[in-house]
Amino acid sequence: MSKVANHSPGRRIYSTRFATIVVWIITVAWTVPTFGLFVSSFRSKTDIYNTGWWHVFTHPSFTFANYREVLFGGGALSLGNGVLPYLVNSIVITIPSVIIPIAVATLAAYSLAWIKFKGSDFLFFFIFALQIVPLQMSLIPLLQLFTGGAHIGHITIIPAFGIAGHFAGIWLPHTMFALPLAIYLLHNFISSLPRDLMEAAHMDGANHFKVFRQIVLPLSIPAIAAFAIFQFLWVWNDLLIALTFASGTEEIAPINAKLASLVGQYGSGWQFLTAGAFVSIAIPLAVFFSLQKYFVRGLLAGSVK
Amino acid sequence: MGTFISDNAPKFGQVLIAVFGFLAIMSAIFFIAGKANGKKSKPIANIVFLGPAVLLLGAGLIVPTFQTIMFSFKNDTSQKWVGLANYKWIFTDPDIHLVLFNTLLWILVVPVVTTGIGLGLAVLMDRMRNESIPKALIFMPMAISFVGASIIWRFVYNYSTRNQPQVGLLSAIVKLFGGQPQNWLLVKPLNTFLLMIIFVWVQTGFSMVILSAAIKAVPADIVEASALDGAYGWRLFRFITFPSVRSTFIVVLATQVVGALKLFDIVRTMTGGNFGTNVIANEMYAQVFVQFNQGKGSALAIALFMCVLPVLFYNMRNLRLERSHR
Repeated sequence: MSKVANHSPGRRIYSTRFATIVVWIITVAWTVPTFGLFVSSFRSKTDIYNTGWWHVFTHPSFTFANYREVLFGGGALSLGNGVLPYLVNSIVITIPSVIIPIAVATLAAYSLAWIKFKGSDFLFFFIFALQIVPLQMSLIPLLQLFTGGAHIGHITIIPAFGIAGHFAGIWLPHTMFALPLAIYLLHNFISSLPRDLMEAAHMDGANHFKVFRQIVLPLSIPAIAAFAIFQFLWVWNDLLIALTFASGTEEIAPINAKLASLVGQYGSGWQFLTAGAFVSIAIPLAVFFSLQKYFVRGLLAGSVK
Repeated sequence: MGTFISDNAPKFGQVLIAVFGFLAIMSAIFFIAGKANGKKSKPIANIVFLGPAVLLLGAGLIVPTFQTIMFSFKNDTSQKWVGLANYKWIFTDPDIHLVLFNTLLWILVVPVVTTGIGLGLAVLMDRMRNESIPKALIFMPMAISFVGASIIWRFVYNYSTRNQPQVGLLSAIVKLFGGQPQNWLLVKPLNTFLLMIIFVWVQTGFSMVILSAAIKAVPADIVEASALDGAYGWRLFRFITFPSVRSTFIVVLATQVVGALKLFDIVRTMTGGNFGTNVIANEMYAQVFVQFNQGKGSALAIALFMCVLPVLFYNMRNLRLERSHR
């Protein structure tokens, strides 16, 4: 389709060469900052501070020392055990924070689309609207709930969960905040599945649980994949929830929170910051480039988060 | 390696327990509820399917929203009612005026620039042959966290004191053209715009990808017919391309407005809100977790919420229109 269009007279009106040159200039400008930091992460401290990174083109000289020190610590500048524990925390935080909201949202989306009841349309509208509510609205009450439980007057309704400072205290907010977008995206997809398919299954005596397991879930994999990548990047790159619910300790804080605090500590400890930044963005970049197609599909399905 | 595994085994154990425990409970409920037959089976299905989501949304978003509204009328520890004092503070404190002004600047400048560049790139890329590589490279920052992006740009804005070599790209370029490098992040109001560049750098790819898809969806015969009628270049863009993608353009713009409003990470990482760069979301965090003033923090959260309300109503209207067209 687009190939045909590109060669049609209508699309050739701007010279292709002009467009190509402009786009490539912008692309280079867009890439240079990342490239500069990447190159610097392999330069020694003396090199970083004495010459700009562009000198590598004339005087190439590289080292892995920055990465070794950032990952495992123990160097001159005491980074403790390095950022590796935080990288592990990021993985530990991310996996359940992606899987659990997907499961909850797929169920809800199916129900809203195919088990209609009075008010299910209203509920869908309401959840759609929740997408845009700033999560700042929830931070203080949720933190209180996690540390002190819920009370009306002197009566305790929900006891203190005791999950503040544990991974569960980060999984739960990520799950809660992911639901509006997840339900909306999955509802768009699941509600467009063919009605005949559902009706035929019900004719054969399948109940909703069976239809969900055997028809809806397998067919929804593309939509689930699209949202999963979205949610993965969101959780991995989040700072606000991490700062609020993980107290910055080596026990549970993710690498993003650690990096933010490193910037504060060593405002210009570039040998650490360069390597640290790349340690933290390597995994999302890999996911992004290998699954870009699904990610774009998720974006196009509509997201205003 | 051995110690690495033994050190981290408990953490990964927690992941397994959380994921499989959760899935096991859900399966058990599924199994039991699936046995129900007849009249009760539909309400039971609704409870099982919707219950978890409704509970989590209620506890995570709905109840907290009302609590935050209440806290905004109370004092720093939420023990005494103070009426409108926290809101009065927002409207009268000169420090907060700067915060509000900066936030306004962010939502006026950033969405227009990101969506504008995104549209320009989408139009240009529609006319070139190998668009996939530049597209991926401009889209790439979307995968990088605002913290990572802040570090990347902090390095670009790096300033070394006089007589030392300038290793930051911006300083080096300024010097190359005979200018005087400065400690860029301290220069008001330039620093706010330098922070905006980071957001633009991250978000332009989002605008570009969505608008590019919208442009590709414009039927080729419409474009060809108007070309035959003499609509080329700017005229084609003005009268055919842009009107066709206008609704997408507005949705993207609205999304960027909301993103710019909630912006927190960049300001937090780059300046901590100092040197005249503070915005509402960062001030809210600082009030709650640095000043320990829940009242003021909650009032600021409400201010943010008020700002997104118009976008919320706009989105709701769109959804209703979309549904009635089906």
